[in-house]
This record gives sequence, structure tokens and C-alpha cells, in this order.
Amino acid sequence: MTVTTQRLVQAEDSPYALSHLDALEAESVHIFREVAGEFERPVILFSGGKDSIVMLHLALKAFAPAPVPFALLHVDTGHNFPEVLAYRDRAVAKHNLRLHVASVQDFIDRGVLRERADGLRNPLQTVPLLDGIESNKFDAVFGGGRRDEEKARAKERVFSLRDEFGAWDPRRQRPELWSLYNGRHAVGEHVRVFPLSNWTELDVWQYIEREGIELPEIYYAHRREVFKRDGMWLTAGEWGGPKETEQVETRLVRYRTVGDMSCTGAVDSDADTIEAVITEIAASRLTERGATRADDKMSEAAMEDRKREGYF
Amino acid sequence: MSTTQEATATSLLRFATAGSVDDGKSTLVGRLLHDSKSVLADQLEAVEHASRRRGQEAPDLALLTDGLRAEREQGITIDVAYRYFATARRRFILADTPGHVQYTRNMVTGASTAELAVVLVDARNGVVEQTRRHAAVAALLRVPHVVLAVNKMDLVAYAEPVFARIAEEFTAYAASLGVKDVVAVPISALAGDNVVEPSANMDWYGGPTLLEHLETVPVGTDPSAEPARFPVQYVIRPQSEEFHDYRGYAGQLASGVLRVGDPVTVLPSGHTTTVAAIDALGEPTEIAWAPQSVTVRLADDIDISRGDLIAAAPAPVPTKDVRATVCHLNERPLHVGAKVLLKHTTRTVRALVKEIEYRIDIDTLERRSGAEGLNVNDIGHVVLRTAEPLALDDYTDNRRTGSFVLIDPSDGTTLTAGMAGEAFDTVSTTDASQEEDWV
Repeated sequence: MTVTTQRLVQAEDSPYALSHLDALEAESVHIFREVAGEFERPVILFSGGKDSIVMLHLALKAFAPAPVPFALLHVDTGHNFPEVLAYRDRAVAKHNLRLHVASVQDFIDRGVLRERADGLRNPLQTVPLLDGIESNKFDAVFGGGRRDEEKARAKERVFSLRDEFGAWDPRRQRPELWSLYNGRHAVGEHVRVFPLSNWTELDVWQYIEREGIELPEIYYAHRREVFKRDGMWLTAGEWGGPKETEQVETRLVRYRTVGDMSCTGAVDSDADTIEAVITEIAASRLTERGATRADDKMSEAAMEDRKREGYF
Repeated sequence: MSTTQEATATSLLRFATAGSVDDGKSTLVGRLLHDSKSVLADQLEAVEHASRRRGQEAPDLALLTDGLRAEREQGITIDVAYRYFATARRRFILADTPGHVQYTRNMVTGASTAELAVVLVDARNGVVEQTRRHAAVAALLRVPHVVLAVNKMDLVAYAEPVFARIAEEFTAYAASLGVKDVVAVPISALAGDNVVEPSANMDWYGGPTLLEHLETVPVGTDPSAEPARFPVQYVIRPQSEEFHDYRGYAGQLASGVLRVGDPVTVLPSGHTTTVAAIDALGEPTEIAWAPQSVTVRLADDIDISRGDLIAAAPAPVPTKDVRATVCHLNERPLHVGAKVLLKHTTRTVRALVKEIEYRIDIDTLERRSGAEGLNVNDIGHVVLRTAEPLALDDYTDNRRTGSFVLIDPSDGTTLTAGMAGEAFDTVSTTDASQEEDWV
């Protein structure tokens, strides 16, 4: 056994100092490579939103100059922004990736799922997602979830075991120590992996800026026809809006998160560059979900309940 | 430099909190988040709403952190939760661990990645059994910095002698465990004294507030003072026209510095070679250091795969006989004779529990021999025999290459956390075979 003395250094003064983004990037890359080394059929959940775009960027860096050894899986609610779908298809073509699409519309058409009274399709994603995982025999599924997003996620593991129903039981999760991730699972079970667990919204944006990552244009300020529902600016569209009582107006807006057109609200903003977006977020007094996501406002325990069902 | 660039030039500190059930830990964490402006309007609004619904006058900051429904109903914290906040100077990741006796394993988990531990005590009670246990876990996990936060100073009239007595007793105990760096801060999480803002009620205290200390404590270790350790995670072989003969070993430096041209040994095979090239995520570089993730190419064509360790001198000697201090994490006891899997860095091997030499009483640090098994939350010293050799460092030298976990091969459950080598200096041994509560 070797003997060394560990001298502590003041990070800021050391030639070996790493910025927080470097430290987070190194950790995320380590997670991608662990999965590549330990699983047979990993897949990246890719929505075309900023978190999944950052995940893909990290995966590209982790395996360069070789291609990413994972496919992509998109759960398409049928209510996606066209700009986001276009971005998705460009990314797939550019990096020569394989894309699997699990479509909510398909399940509705086949009578497996029923449209909800409120028209929200986010809650309907779980069934197609689990079907896509099962039919393709994916054993590790990368998600862009971050532990800073919501209280129930604060306890999520980097490697999160799901049973054959995709369910998450907070009491059954394995302790995670050091950087030793345990990916063992039985046939039929799979592991959700969250490489961005320790990132915050601001970290993600700063990283996008530093790396010069292209995003769908709806993340930046643009003029758009919107109407107000439940205190949010929603985009008019075939998904079910506006109703007769709802007034459409043209406003300068941008999106802080990109989910479904039916439940993702735009915020008034003139931030049309990455610098302006970061300044706006750093000064913002609302968390991203609180400002823009209707589905998380359902109840204090909404996220916890949906995770148990197999949602992210 | 633009403001956003300045923001990206901050460092990252991972720290853990531990406190007994009623020490006010949730309030402290809530206060840190609230006073560092990390709580946003909608979160605070939810807390104010929930507090009013419960008939509380002031917003209960503890509600900011109690995440799961079971906890909200029981008013306790049942697992490690991770919190995120930032100041202009630093980004923080907080492993928030419950302090109750049955959750030793959670503090071990939270402390495993922490560079600093905050141990919380109630000024009215001083150093109690649980405080000593928290100090022992921090020492066992080799957390470099320990902060004693003496809370509820408002309930002891902000009296300096009360604080001084507790700080002295704790510091002496921590020193006996080998913890050299203890900083004590008198606080009131409820009133906000010395958490983020300096206290007007304690002029006698001249030190930093808790947050100031967190912002300025050194992060990490000096990689140039440690031998390089590079566990191979994955072999990158593009097999394309352009990169026909490219063979890179992808991994994260566990410690030390690697430069192009450095002589290295590949373990467990023992082959020696030199570093031919380093790719920092697609860009060539001359130098890399822990904890960077890079890809290393070697001068000689050696058979290397996931699980091998690329090491600079002095390299560890691979062994199949592992002696380690462990904390058992699972409800199922760990018995002598158990066949398990052992995951060390990127290598997973079969292992046999040959011997449980002794249990450590975490309250008295006494060694108790004669234990047949380890129960959940037990800390003990074991001898393992592995099917293949492992290149382990002592945990006291290297937290990443000295640590491992034991896994149940039947269902993949993580059973036990292990640290190669001896723990802190424990004291006299008593024979436990007479006692009732052993497995």
C-alpha cells in the first residue's frame, strides 16, 4: 500500500482548479461511460428540450472520436412544437443516430389510451414510454431529470432501479456511495440513469453558452400568437386551444422549458441571445416549472405519484 | 470578462449535513437556501401556504426540504436528499442526511462524496451520543473538513461560555478520531444568526458565518501530491477510415496528474508502458488531472479492458485478500461465508466474506470481537477473498481507489460500503459473543 500525504489546496489558486462546469461535465461523462461499460442496450430519452440536448452533447464528447453507442427514444405526445421536432430530426441526421419514436397518438388511435378531459397529454406519456422500453429491450434509459427541479427528485439516485412496471419505490432505491454506481438488475427490470442529476438550470444554460450548443429557436424571444389559460401563455394549435372565451394576442415570448404545447407556457421575454437568457434566469424569481408547467401544479405530491407510476 | 463568464468560473463544493432529529437541521438547510436567495418565489409561496394551513405564523423553512409524502406526514427525513444552491463565489451540492440513530447508513452515503461535513448540535444539549456518532462517521469516511454548528443559541441567551464549552469538547473528540480541521460556528437557524448574515446578538464571536466558511474552505486535494490513478471504464475504438488504429482508454482520473510521456503500470497485469496521448473529450491535451474525464492512449499495444487500472508509481500491489472497514447498509445481515459481488472502481469481481474480525461500537469506538454477522448500520472490520486480484489503495490515501461496495448477486441489492485498510484508531476489544443482540 502506498503512503501519500493529501495536501489541501485552495481551488481558486491552484493550477489544477476545475470550474463547477468542468467538474459537472467530468461527472456526467463518467456516468455515460459507466453505462456503456455495464449495459447491453442503453437508450437516451430525447425530447429536443435543452436538457436532453445537453445530454446528447455530453454523450458525443464522452465517446469521441467514436460515435455515441446508444440509440435515442422520443416519446411523441402529438402536441410537440414543430420547431422542436425539426431540431430533433436535424440532430439525428447530423450525428448519424438511430431514433425510436413512441407515439401517444398511436396509442389513442388503437384505443389503448383515452384522451383526458383536460386535453393534457403529458400524463399519457408513461404507457408509450414503458412500451417502447419493453419492446426494444432497453436496459438503461438516460433521462435529463435534475435533482434541483422538484422536491421529490431531490432523493432520486443517478442509477434509479425500476421494476417490470417501470415503477419507482423511494424505499427500494439503492444507496449510492462515492462514484460507484450499481447497475445490476433482473430481466424485465431496467435502470433509469440521470447524468444531469447534480446540474441546476443555470448550470445547464451556462454550459450551453460555453459549448456553443444550438437549441430550438423557441428558447429565445420571438413573436408568437398566444392566449392565456391557468395564468400561462399557451400557443394556439390543433391540440385544443384557444377556446371561444380565450383571447389570442401576439406577444414577445420565449420558452424556459419545452414540453407539450398543451401544458408548456411561454414567458414574456425579450431575451433573444444566450447571454440575455442567462441574465434573465439568474434574476428570475420563479423556478422553471413553477412558471411554465401546468402539470406539476396539480398537487404537492403530484411528481412523487407520477414517478411511482413510471414517469420521469 | 462578462458577468456570465465570472459566474462560470466558480468552484464546486460538495458537503453533507448531519444532525439529530430535533436539532433543527431542516430549518438550517432551509435558512441556507432562503438567505442565500436560492429559494424562488413560487417555492416560498408554497411553503408559506402550507405553513398557514398548519396554523403556523411564520413560514416553516423546514418545509422547503421535506420532499416525500411519507416524510411530510411523519415530520421526519427518511433518506439522503440533495440540495443545490449557489453564491457569487461558489456552487454547492448539499447531501442532506437524516441524523437519527437508525440512519447511520444514510450519513455514510452522504459523507462518501462530501469534502465537508456540518455536524449540528443543540446548544441546550451539547455534545450527545449522536453528535459523537456523526463525528465518527465523518472521520471514518475521511471527510477533509468538519464544521460544528452549535444551533439554537437564541435559547441559551447567546451565551459565549455555552458555545465555548461545546466547541472545546467536540474539537477534542474529533481530534481523537484524527479529524484535524474543525471549525465551530454559533448559530440560530430559526432567527438566522451566523448562518448567512453575521449575528448582532453574538459580538463575542469573531469568526466567519457558516456560509462564509463554506464559500472559502479549500475544495479538493492537490492532484500533484498524489500518484495518478486511472481506472479504465471503456475502450474507444472508432474503427472508421479516419481513426483506423485508434484505441483509447476512457475513464475519469481518480487521483493525481497524467502527462504525455509519463511511465505507467497497467494493473492487475503489471505491464509497463508510457502515455502516448491524452484526449480531453475530443481535444488533444498534454496533461490531465483528477477528477477530469479523459481518454488515454498508450505507447504499447497491451491487452487492456474495462476494470483495469492505469497507475503511476508508487502503484498498488494487486491482491485477492482484502481487509477493510465496512458499513453494512442493508436490512439483511452480512454473515461470514456470504458470497457477494465486490465493485471497486470499474471492476466487479466475486468475493467471499471470510471473516468478520470485529464490530466497532460507533459510540465508544470499542472493538467487539466474536460477531457472526453485521446488521444494518453496523460498522465493522472484515476480511474478504476475491476471485480476481484488485488494485486497491488504502482508503486513508485515496477515497476513490480505496472504496468499494458489496452487492448481492441474487438481486443486485447494494449491501455494504467498504473502505480498504484500517479505520481510525479504535480502542480496547471486548468479546461480543456474550451479548444478546448480535446476529
